[in-house]
Amino acid sequence: MSFVADYLHYTGCFGLVLIGLYIVLVKSNLIKIVIGINLIDTGVNLFLVSVGYIQMGTAPIFSEAQAAGREMVDPVPQALVLTAIVIGVSVAALALSVAVRLYEHYGTLDLSRVRELKW
Amino acid sequence: MIVFQIVLLAVMLVAAISAAVFKDLMNAVIACALVSLVAAIIFYFLQAPDVAMAEASIGAGLTTGIFIFAIRRTARREEDETSP
Amino acid sequence: MKQALSLAVLLLLAVGLASALRGPSVGAEANRTALFDDQKVNFGRRYTSRAREETGAPNVVASVVVTYRGLDTLGEVAVLFIAATGLATLLHTGRQRVSGTAPEGASLIVFTGCRFIFPLILLFGAYIFVHGHLTPGGGFQGGAIVASGFLLVYLGCRDREPSRRRLNALESLSGLAFVVIGLIGLAAGGSFLLDFLPKGSLYALFSAGIIPLVYVFIGFKVGSELGGILGDLSGARR
Repeated sequence: MSFVADYLHYTGCFGLVLIGLYIVLVKSNLIKIVIGINLIDTGVNLFLVSVGYIQMGTAPIFSEAQAAGREMVDPVPQALVLTAIVIGVSVAALALSVAVRLYEHYGTLDLSRVRELKW
Repeated sequence: MIVFQIVLLAVMLVAAISAAVFKDLMNAVIACALVSLVAAIIFYFLQAPDVAMAEASIGAGLTTGIFIFAIRRTARREEDETSP
Repeated sequence: MKQALSLAVLLLLAVGLASALRGPSVGAEANRTALFDDQKVNFGRRYTSRAREETGAPNVVASVVVTYRGLDTLGEVAVLFIAATGLATLLHTGRQRVSGTAPEGASLIVFTGCRFIFPLILLFGAYIFVHGHLTPGGGFQGGAIVASGFLLVYLGCRDREPSRRRLNALESLSGLAFVVIGLIGLAAGGSFLLDFLPKGSLYALFSAGIIPLVYVFIGFKVGSELGGILGDLSGARR
């Protein structure tokens, strides 16, 4: 049972990253690919925060009613992931603006047809 | 508590697979928002309230908003793939 | 064909990740049961044990983001600015929208409700980033909530949207203020983004050095920037 408790979050994150990678590799609609990139971002952020987790740890905030004797979880991955989430949304917004301009120019979002139109 | 987290992770993976499978792009975006929401709940269980707030507001709110605006300006359905 | 090939690659990746979870089976590390078991959090313990005395903020993540890792936050603000500028450049050049009919406006109830709720959402976002050093929250979360308020305006009461020029000016001035705070720290103590304000008493609103000041400016910047991104994507309404 402790094996499940140790590795549960890591397998969930890896599954999310692999599903996002499948979408990026196989699908040909550009907006679907951006959804896949967003899923990969979410999976990696979840992995980073779960690395910093300690069993029976507490949140890294001092409060007047804080339980004494419980160790705090690692605050550095949380600061890292805070930045990474905002950067993820700005990357998705930029990719979607490229998709909108592509649609206005070619009339289709299907990448296989866009490559054919090139010639 | 462990069973609850197993259920949450299973819901997240099912939502991610359905985001890959749906042909209507609006449904895929809603599935992506569900993945972000479950990730925010898991962040709370991993004792990270700051990250949970950021993921809930940015991932489930703003990302869905920008996707919906982009879908409104382009096509709604994924075209059927031609044989490679 | 592409599908089968990518499924084979993903299966290979999954097997590789699963074997990495198991860890090495021989040697001195074979007794460890979980990945990253005892090597992690040594660095984090250094921050959690000293953050309250060195920065004066109860929220350790806020002190890590602003004080210990302030330069990374400046880089993140720069990346956000570059993305917003690139998006505005991409969407405003070229021919205008030629697609069909204009979207119809919202009904009176939705319009009035959006106009009424928008200042309340701004107030809530401001509460989150002003108290960022005391409670969970901070500049990025508060800025995202402010941007959600802008999303509501673009969806429900488009006629009353804030002027884009003022939004751009606010965003640029907030980013400039963040850099100016760093330069004042350089002039006062000798290092960029030095904590030059007094630490004050714990749990007070005006405490923890430059953390609340920096978070206010980051909240303004992220909120107006994400609101500008949403406005660009939703189309021009001149």
